[in-house]
Amino acid sequence: MGLLSDPNRRQALIKLLTRLNAPICGMPVDWLVKTMQARGLEVFTQSFSRTLPFPDENTERYVVKGTNVYGILRAPRAPRTEALVLSAPCTPGDNNNQAVGLLLGLAHYFRNQVYWAKDIIFLVNEHDLIGMQAWLEGYHHTNVTGMDWSPLQGRGGSIQAALSLELSSDVVTSLDIVLEGLNGQLPNLDLANLFYAFCQKIGVLCTIQGKLQRNDWDSASGYNHAVQTMMLMVMKQASGRPWGDHGLFLRYHIEAATVKGVNSFRHYKTDATTIGRLLEGMYRKLNNLLERLHQSYFFYLLPSLSHFVSIGYYMPAFGLLAVILLLRALDLWVQLSAQPSRTEDGVAGTEQSNPGVLSVLTPLVISHLTGAALYMLPVRFQEVAVEHFPVSETEAVVLTAIAVYTAGLALPHNTHRYPDMGWRVLKLVALLYLAVLLGCTAVINFSLGFILALTLVPAAAYVTPHVPKALSAFFLVALSPACTLLFSVFFFQELQEMPVSFQDGWLLYLSVIAQGMLDHYLYGSLVFPLVALLVYPCWLLFWNILFWK
Amino acid sequence: MAAPLTLLMIVAVTVRAVLFRSSLAELISERVEVVSPITAWKRVIEGLALLDLGVSPYSGDVFHETPLIIYLFHFLVDYAEITFMVNSVVFLQFRKQKFALEADRYPPDCLELIRTPLEMHYVPLKVAMFYLLNPFTILSCVAKSTCGLNNMVISLFILCTVKGNVLLSAIFLCLATYQSVYPLTLCAPAMLYLMQRQYIPVNLRRVSFWWFVVQYLFMYLGSLFVLVCLSFFLLGSWDYMPSVYGFILSVPDLTPNIGLFWYFFAEMFEHFRLFFLCVFQINVFFYTIPLSIKLKEHPVFLIFMQLAVISIFKSYPTVGDVALYMAFLPLWSHLHRFLRNIFLVSCVLLACSALFPVLWHLWIYAGSANSNFYYAITLLFNVAQILLVSDYFYAFLRREHHLTYGLYLKKKDGSEATLVLK
Repeated sequence: MGLLSDPNRRQALIKLLTRLNAPICGMPVDWLVKTMQARGLEVFTQSFSRTLPFPDENTERYVVKGTNVYGILRAPRAPRTEALVLSAPCTPGDNNNQAVGLLLGLAHYFRNQVYWAKDIIFLVNEHDLIGMQAWLEGYHHTNVTGMDWSPLQGRGGSIQAALSLELSSDVVTSLDIVLEGLNGQLPNLDLANLFYAFCQKIGVLCTIQGKLQRNDWDSASGYNHAVQTMMLMVMKQASGRPWGDHGLFLRYHIEAATVKGVNSFRHYKTDATTIGRLLEGMYRKLNNLLERLHQSYFFYLLPSLSHFVSIGYYMPAFGLLAVILLLRALDLWVQLSAQPSRTEDGVAGTEQSNPGVLSVLTPLVISHLTGAALYMLPVRFQEVAVEHFPVSETEAVVLTAIAVYTAGLALPHNTHRYPDMGWRVLKLVALLYLAVLLGCTAVINFSLGFILALTLVPAAAYVTPHVPKALSAFFLVALSPACTLLFSVFFFQELQEMPVSFQDGWLLYLSVIAQGMLDHYLYGSLVFPLVALLVYPCWLLFWNILFWK
Repeated sequence: MAAPLTLLMIVAVTVRAVLFRSSLAELISERVEVVSPITAWKRVIEGLALLDLGVSPYSGDVFHETPLIIYLFHFLVDYAEITFMVNSVVFLQFRKQKFALEADRYPPDCLELIRTPLEMHYVPLKVAMFYLLNPFTILSCVAKSTCGLNNMVISLFILCTVKGNVLLSAIFLCLATYQSVYPLTLCAPAMLYLMQRQYIPVNLRRVSFWWFVVQYLFMYLGSLFVLVCLSFFLLGSWDYMPSVYGFILSVPDLTPNIGLFWYFFAEMFEHFRLFFLCVFQINVFFYTIPLSIKLKEHPVFLIFMQLAVISIFKSYPTVGDVALYMAFLPLWSHLHRFLRNIFLVSCVLLACSALFPVLWHLWIYAGSANSNFYYAITLLFNVAQILLVSDYFYAFLRREHHLTYGLYLKKKDGSEATLVLK
């Protein structure tokens, strides 16, 4: 196989990898450019900079600057209309020190082959997702997130598929595939099937969500394992984060996945050669594509790599939850129209029996203003908060968000002109609003919609002013989006078999909130604006109904 | 009455002004649900630019507005936003004048069905609210869609008809038809209303009936002729005719919108295209005659039904057209007790309006859905509109029946009867 099968060349590669292993300030741009040029690629760089809305706890500075380096391998005999991308994020430290070496080795090998019909772009991006976002925006001439980047000098045609590599050691025991992208978008199932098929052909162990497959589907423990794998996927999809560099490609209708090498305690270890052969095989398959991958499902959940749950199976579950809300709304409508609403004296009569839509307007406006405050205040007032309290900016932002959220609970409640009917009208509007909101969310990001539906629908259908106040208030708060997030954090850690103590869990929760807000400002993730501007006001309406006098 | 109305107008203008200045204006003016190839502001600007360059604005199949519009905007292009806001406000002033007529020979137990003067007092305010604060109208105005102008002309026509001014009614109807072909069907209700006002009985054998029809048609066709010739002289050529009327009738542009035409014609074979085109276009005009016969004593309701039919079945509908006939709904608030499906219809309309942008995003940007998903929502939206309109029609007929025969019907043996629509 050329480079990697020859022991001398393998030694050279390992030396190269060890050189990269040494901590370097930033990315070795010049060295990468020279090396890629030596391998016969057309090399270009792109510099970018981004002002973060608040400093990330990892980087602890406001401005992130970096350079992406990419080399294009031109297809020898084909018109340059399509491209494939192989990317490896380059971060200082041990995180991903072997991937760039493997990428360069593959570049050298691919250069000697004649069967390429699409251009192959080898991309090394700095600062992970931020660099990838800058590169994709530059490639597609869009500017969604307000980043500052230099235009790309070289392009390769429309990108058909992409793979991102994450390798931390030069021998691996298994390869993990990561599919979840931004806003819960998934690549076509064909890509995952392709990866699995190749792993089986070459004989490498492959996992999904870090869990190995089991063969005993009928036993309870096998079923349990599959459910845990699927729940991990649901949690990851619901968070709306891209869980690998591939996550940002999906927005541009490019099928992409991340391949992670995992080194754990097993006897049989695979070296870089085999991984290289696997990737070569995958790229040859992708090379033969005549059209974009679209034949298989885009909406699925994977309990294992050889089984999937398609949208036709899981959407009815969500539909049944939404129907609860609609039935409750219908019940309220019937109650409202069964009132004796025809009275002789126009004005007083109509006011008494049918409050109309206007009475609902006040709680709606107030709760949406609170939601807008939750969206805008934390980032706007972080300087003020840092002056007055001894916290860092990230903590200030997160704690302000939590403070605004809790302050919403203490809002003054409605003027009660219509003691009996007013809450029914409000509840009708709130139920319909929640149903439409959850429906739209589930269509875009099913896991997020389903988790929100599971927690919000029972509370929403149940709450009236006449239920026991203290107990219902407790349940309503326990099922609110913030507490759902808290429980999900603990649940996620449990599923990954890394349970955390309460202290660590709380800190993790705070960092999750910070990360969610950053994701929105950096990549356009929809979870934070959805929860702050739409779900939270809707929940506040139900809180208002509970405390209706 | 004046104070709430002024407050309402101030709120409406503020909302529109705020949205004009925000970054959402760009986003909204590109949404296919709000603008169509006929009404898009981008195309008006393009036409104006071509006119300034001395080229016919109709070359290149971009611009599909009438020449009068282009000259109007030639003068108003800097004040475009204000023009559109003024349109909405002016439109409302004329809506205020609408009142339904009540006859007075009803059995005593139908007192509940007759509307009280107090209710009627609030109707203009409700109509104003329904139109100005309707999200569809706000979106249409912020997108600077010329649908607002069409709506204004139609409402001026309705005002003149209600006031009884035959000449002005014909002129405004002719303007509305000149802009988009479909208001032609509003001739029938206009004539019926004016005849009712002048106490001319609607009888095909009477000379006075035909004389009035001839008068009205003469005025209408005369003004249409004047407008067409004026357009010819303004631009110096006839190529606005295929670009405007040919475009509306032959539907060459299949950009997805909230109407029914695009999906059908995207998958149709060329061989059958003319046939289906005729079928779809006749569908808009076809309901005029049966509805006119049935509703000849209630021309105002006939206007509402016609407007609804036009908005649903026209070739390039937008949410601005939907907002037009929805603004009429408070006029018939006394029909609420007879409506059967209002809950279902409102839920479906609300859900579809929310799902339109979501499925568009999934289709065009994420690539996970395809045109079938978007068309499903379109179909559902149109079905809900049709259900709304037919529900109001049923309620109207039922009320008429009750007014003639009494509210609490009894069978011959004295037990309570149920009413069945056959």
